[in-house]
Order: sequence, then structure tokens, then C-alpha cells
Amino acid sequence: MDVVAYVPGKVLQVKVAVGGTIKEEQEVMVIESMKMETKIYAESAGRVSEIKVAPGCMVKIGDVLLVLE
Amino acid sequence: MSGPPRSFLCTWPLRSDTSRSCSFPSPSACIANPKTLLLGAGAQVGVIFTFLGAHLLGFDLPSAASIAIIGGADGPTTIYIGAKLAPQVLGATAVAAYSYMALVPVIQPPVMRLLTTKNERRIVMRQLRPVSRLERIVFPIVGTLVICLLVPASAPLMSMLMVGNLFRESGVVERLVSTSQTELMNIVVIILGLSVGATLNAETFLRPQVLMVFGLGLVAFALCTATGVLLAKFMNLFLKDKINPLIGAAGVSAVPMSARVVHTMGSEANRKNYLLAHAMGPNLAGVIGTAVLAGVFLSILG
Repeated sequence: MDVVAYVPGKVLQVKVAVGGTIKEEQEVMVIESMKMETKIYAESAGRVSEIKVAPGCMVKIGDVLLVLE
Repeated sequence: MSGPPRSFLCTWPLRSDTSRSCSFPSPSACIANPKTLLLGAGAQVGVIFTFLGAHLLGFDLPSAASIAIIGGADGPTTIYIGAKLAPQVLGATAVAAYSYMALVPVIQPPVMRLLTTKNERRIVMRQLRPVSRLERIVFPIVGTLVICLLVPASAPLMSMLMVGNLFRESGVVERLVSTSQTELMNIVVIILGLSVGATLNAETFLRPQVLMVFGLGLVAFALCTATGVLLAKFMNLFLKDKINPLIGAAGVSAVPMSARVVHTMGSEANRKNYLLAHAMGPNLAGVIGTAVLAGVFLSILG
């Protein structure tokens, strides 16, 4: 399952790289939403095939952050 | 009372409301999930309980109302009500209100943990439907009209709140929004802070009653958190798509502090939960609820 943004805000840190394997509930990103650093966790395990955002990007609820295969 | 004239203390909180609501996040969560408006009301029930308690402890009705409204976690409304109903406790209630708003991350979690089970805290809330620009513009306009017709005494508070919202959502008055969020906000904070501070002279502030005000204010915050959470749990009995009862605590409208507290607690219980956006619904509904309740107090006791 792709990692989707459930909070709007600005991406601060991307903690994974393309090709990396992630476990379920692993911290993959930090987004600043409403002046609060919010950690984003992976919904399911998988391999990162695409990272759709970079630090500094603004995201809305529903935006895809990581594409997993 | 010595210090700034009452009329001064009545008008400046209203300007503060406008500048604050310009910087609030948008009411999309309220509009996308209207049930959360009820949670804003639920938290205000705690104010009513505190009102009765304060009166039983010896405060006259206007003072009890000013003290109880601390639980609404709305500084300008507290100052406005205090100036209109009970100037003799205004200083104490203002100090209490702002102090407890800063202490929300300390006051709310124990109450929230006490009233919810681990499973309830794990309830995941998912996507909010996207809210169109038209809806976000219509909301403050219709909201103001409806509430001002129902509770005319809340008109100054409601309209100032909503106009700030409308400034921002319309998208066509960027300069006004920018000024409201920065310069106006800072000016109002300085003026309000100094004016309310000027009412804190020894005769009115250095009295044992003030300790009671602080105590009751704390009770108000805790009770409002409790009633918000309990209403959410009650609503869950009838809902197919359960809401996470933690968001009821965001009905205590310290924006966005209590929403952040809700999010953090939700995330601790279940990492896949992102309650921040959902908690904004009750958060903003709570601001409206406090303004309405203040209007009710004013029309009955003013």
C-alpha cells in the first residue's frame, strides 16, 4: 500500500531511499503540520519504488508520499 | 474598577478574535464531518457544570459565568465576558485562562487516559472528504447568520471570529489577512496584555478568592475535556463509522494545542492514526461553542 499523507503540511525529512525495504509502522517521513512535527509511519511493509516528495514540498491530505511495491 | 475603561476591554478582545481566526487552519474538518460540531458543544457542557459549582461555592452568577467560561479555553471571550459581567474577577480569570491554555498538554492527557480504553484510543479515523472553496466561504457566512439569529448576544464574538475566517477563505484580501495574522495580532496582544494587566491591582487581585478562581479554572478545563470525550464515546454507540473519542478533548478550544495533544495521544496508541486533521473539527467547533455559550450567559445575566 502506498504511503499517503493524512495530515496537510510541509515535508521536513524523508527517512528512506528508493529501493530500500521498509517494515510496517516504520517511520518513513516527518511532516510539519500546524506547527507540529508529525511522524509518518508506513501502513505496510514493502520496497520503496518511488519517492514523490522532497523536503520543502507542501502536501495536502490524500497526496501520495511513497509508492511501494 | 480602576484601570482601562470597560468599553476598551470589551472591544479589543473582538479584534483579537478576528486576527486569531485569520491564522487558524481552515474549518474543512468541521464541514467535512459535521458530527464534530456536536463535540464542540459537548465540551461546553463542562463550562455549565463549572458555572453551577462556582455559584455553589459562593460566587454570584455573573462572576460564576466569567470563571466558568475559562473552560472554553478562549482568551478573548474570557476577557470579553469578564469585562461585561464581572470586572472584579476579570484579571484573575484572564490570567487563569491563558495559563491553563498553555498547560493543556499537562491538564488534558490524564483526563483523556482515564476516560478512554486502549482500544478506543486505537480507533483509526481515515480520510476527510475534500471540502470545496465555496463550502469554506459559505460556512462562516451561514454560521454567523444562524448563530446571531439564535443567540443575538453572541453576535459581536461570532461575527468577529467568522470575519477573520472569511478574510482568509475568500482568498481576495491577502493584505488584510497578512496584517491580521501578524501586525494586528501583535498589536492586540500587547494592548490586551497590558490593559488586562492594569486591572490587576492589589485590592482585586491579592485576595484568597483569586485562588478559588484559579482552582475553578483548572476544574473547568478538566471537566470540559471530560465532557467532550464522554460525548464522543456516547456518539459512538450510534455510529457505524466510529470516531476516536480522543478528539472530543479537542472541543476544549485551545487552537491548535489541544488538537496536537489529541494527535500525539492517538499516535501513541496507534501509529497509523493521524488525528490532527480530524481533531481540528471539534477544535474550531469549540471556539464557536464558547462564543455561543458566552452569548447565552450575556443575554441571561448581562
